[in-house]
Amino acid sequence: MNQLLYSKLPIFFKVNPSLITSVGKICLDRPVMLASGILGISLDVFNRLYRSGAGAVVTKSLSTEPWDGYPNPTIFSVDGGGWINAVGLSNPGAQNFAKMIESNVDVPIIVSLVGSIPEDFESMIMQFKNCKITAFELNLSCPHVAKVGLEVGDDPELVKKIISAVKTSTNIPIIAKVGLGTSNYLNTVNAAIDSGIDAITAINTVRAIAIDVETQRPILSNKFGGLSGTPIKPIALRCVYEISSKYDIPIIGCGGISTWEDAVEFILAGSSAVQLGSAIGSNWIHVFNDINHGILEYMKRKGYSKIDEMVGLAKKS
Amino acid sequence: MQRNHNHPKICIVEKVIDETPTVRTLIFSDDVMHNVLPGQFAMVWIPGLNELPMSVMVSKESGKAAFTVRKHGLASTGLYNVQVGQQIGVRGPYGNSFDLKQGKLLLVGGGTGLVPMMRLLTFVKPTDDVTLVIGAKSKNEVFFEELANDLLKNNVHRVIITTDDGSYGEKGFVTNTIEKLVNENRFDGIYTCGPEIMMYKTVQLAHSKGLFVQASLERTMKCGVGICGSCCIGEDLVCKDGTVFDGDHLMSNHEFGSFHRNKAGILENY
Repeated sequence: MNQLLYSKLPIFFKVNPSLITSVGKICLDRPVMLASGILGISLDVFNRLYRSGAGAVVTKSLSTEPWDGYPNPTIFSVDGGGWINAVGLSNPGAQNFAKMIESNVDVPIIVSLVGSIPEDFESMIMQFKNCKITAFELNLSCPHVAKVGLEVGDDPELVKKIISAVKTSTNIPIIAKVGLGTSNYLNTVNAAIDSGIDAITAINTVRAIAIDVETQRPILSNKFGGLSGTPIKPIALRCVYEISSKYDIPIIGCGGISTWEDAVEFILAGSSAVQLGSAIGSNWIHVFNDINHGILEYMKRKGYSKIDEMVGLAKKS
Repeated sequence: MQRNHNHPKICIVEKVIDETPTVRTLIFSDDVMHNVLPGQFAMVWIPGLNELPMSVMVSKESGKAAFTVRKHGLASTGLYNVQVGQQIGVRGPYGNSFDLKQGKLLLVGGGTGLVPMMRLLTFVKPTDDVTLVIGAKSKNEVFFEELANDLLKNNVHRVIITTDDGSYGEKGFVTNTIEKLVNENRFDGIYTCGPEIMMYKTVQLAHSKGLFVQASLERTMKCGVGICGSCCIGEDLVCKDGTVFDGDHLMSNHEFGSFHRNKAGILENY
């Protein structure tokens, strides 16, 4: 219904807008999720984030064994906004983590997994058979750890093998999180879709470095890290637009979202839901409800009743 | 340009004081750190080595601040070994601070947990009646006694030292002394920082008497800004929700006094 007509309708005809959204088979009460890598190691914190308005929480990327991650400094604040991090995928390991979330009742949890070969992913998925989870997200795009993440994502043949193996070992929806590496990320998207992926998250952090002028050395212990937050938003938005223009696949937008306007831009570019992380560093966890509220107000003003009505609208113009 | 408090500000260590055979205080100039509130912390970068959260120690000289560090792990030993003239990076301050009551106050510090207690002492009113309890393993690990007496010279005050081996002050664990004090006095505010078991028992004792009590907690920390989640305790983040928590809140947190997380995020018993 067009906006002008809607605004002239008597009030009792207007439907209260709903934030419910579907990312393929994944149905969420709210479209804003916690991105992987952020705050994701305790079920108590997941519950708190859910109460704070997150539609789902994506866990830290889990590996077959526990990882300590890199020594500090692991994070750097970029002037003008954003962060460069090289936490190094620290995580308690899939087995410990699965035990921790076995008691989950309420929270839509998306379990992020990181590995090098199909067997890594298959064995980790088995660990979660007693857990209530919404989806798995395969981290094919962390830019600062060797042999996993982007090094896997940059190899479309390996991506195909991993996703095909994973798809045969579970009925739970599988999301591939892609990022900008050394090859064209659209080849990775293509390989993922060919192998039956259920949805794509785009994008991960972008490989970056920070140097201190006084001590004349890189600040992060790993030297290289991943840039997140407002500086990458237009790039992430471009990727979502490109993927949704080229493929018919549900998309979760991620990269620099900190306001409701950002979230709506990603929806208009073609994503059915969004993820955020860096914004928590500046706006704390109130950011979820602030964005939910802003999207609802926008929907009322523009006359939309469902998120789905807005997905990809920017491509029409 | 306005200072971005999340950026490491490079400071030169101007003076190093040996407090005990394992504890040192490093003094540097920085207006922001000079003025932090008790309970707040900084992330301290030892270039090329590591970065760690540190409570900010007071300095009597204006514009100066300090870190008091015990050599323990890789990062703290790295900071302990920093020499006069060397550079460190300091970002922050982060976290909340103690809610200072007036009247009869009890402060309980163990080890380098005394640092926020010393800063708290600089905020007490001359009319406050202050009792400070310092817990240490043995005589040669006692520090800040003289400084505390000096900071409290205008107050009615007591500084009580306990050592586990009885080599100085009262013999026994600091918590035995706390129990006696709490039974014999009506404190308006109780504040503690130090080993978690010490804080747990202090909070438990105070809480059972219905007294106002706060503790400043320590956990593994990576980002300091509420992103990485390393410092979570139950549903709280020590860097953002703390470091200072009310006793009421802590007693309902099932991890307080029992568990902390290692670098991988796995729960470990204390």
